[in-house]
Amino acid sequence: MTLGIVVFPGSNCDRDVQWAAEGCLGISSRFLWHEDRDLSGLDAVVIPGGFSYGDYLRCGAIARFAPVLQEVVRFAEAGGPVLGICNGFQVLTELGLLPGALTRNEHLHFVCETSELTVQPGSCRWLKGYSNGELLRFPIAHGEGRYQIEADQLPVLEANGQVVLRYRHNPNGSVADVAGICNPAGNVLGLMPHPERACDPATGGIDGQRLLAALLG
Amino acid sequence: MPLYRARVLVSLRPSVLDPAGEATRAAAGRLGVSAIQRLRIGKAVEVELEADSLDGARAQLELLSDRLLANPVIENWALEQLEPATAEA
Repeated sequence: MTLGIVVFPGSNCDRDVQWAAEGCLGISSRFLWHEDRDLSGLDAVVIPGGFSYGDYLRCGAIARFAPVLQEVVRFAEAGGPVLGICNGFQVLTELGLLPGALTRNEHLHFVCETSELTVQPGSCRWLKGYSNGELLRFPIAHGEGRYQIEADQLPVLEANGQVVLRYRHNPNGSVADVAGICNPAGNVLGLMPHPERACDPATGGIDGQRLLAALLG
Repeated sequence: MPLYRARVLVSLRPSVLDPAGEATRAAAGRLGVSAIQRLRIGKAVEVELEADSLDGARAQLELLSDRLLANPVIENWALEQLEPATAEA
């Protein structure tokens, strides 16, 4: 079981993910530099939080063209599990692996706090360790996390059960309180909250452990 | 008072480095659009405002652009468009 962790210039949660995986759960990992193309031997890929390429143009817009992500798209299309956290979620929407877009928070403030989330795992492989309707506490830290999608597409997401994580108290103006979206196949999950920061008891909670541990079983 | 519609274009002065433009140019190459010789990112600001005349609107827009929308140390601005707002637009 080896987890690939993508590293862009400007990523800043890559080591947090490594600690959560290796330090807290005993999952081995390997960093994937943005110019790497070799995903051999990996069982899952995480695109971590940060400010890839300075978030120039739009969050995730430049990262989308990184060589490593061409391989990640192939990996995802072949059914490989891919997780995008925060900036990684933004990258997944720019890539087209997940629908919608993430925009400036409604009240313009950067939010940095613990968020309460309701989980509806459906067929999402990353969330299979959680029960339907369970309440989770994950930290959030973002300025551009307001999920947006065309009005006629939201009912499609809802009908497919793709809205797998919702805020109990919407911190950013996301439509339908969306905090995380999964693809219909269940292998690609994007979320603004940080499960990797809820894995070490020293940081106040371990609700995120089951998300990364889903890879083990 | 009549309503006017304007667009102000704010661009970096030519002497100022534009890292966002350079990063975007590099990404364009990865997309296969590699002949770009120059790419600079600015802002287009769309404004609707009430004024007693076209000249009055222009005066307000010049003040707005020079003091708020652009920083003259690093940016130029241009009033791209100024016209009476039509009802249907």
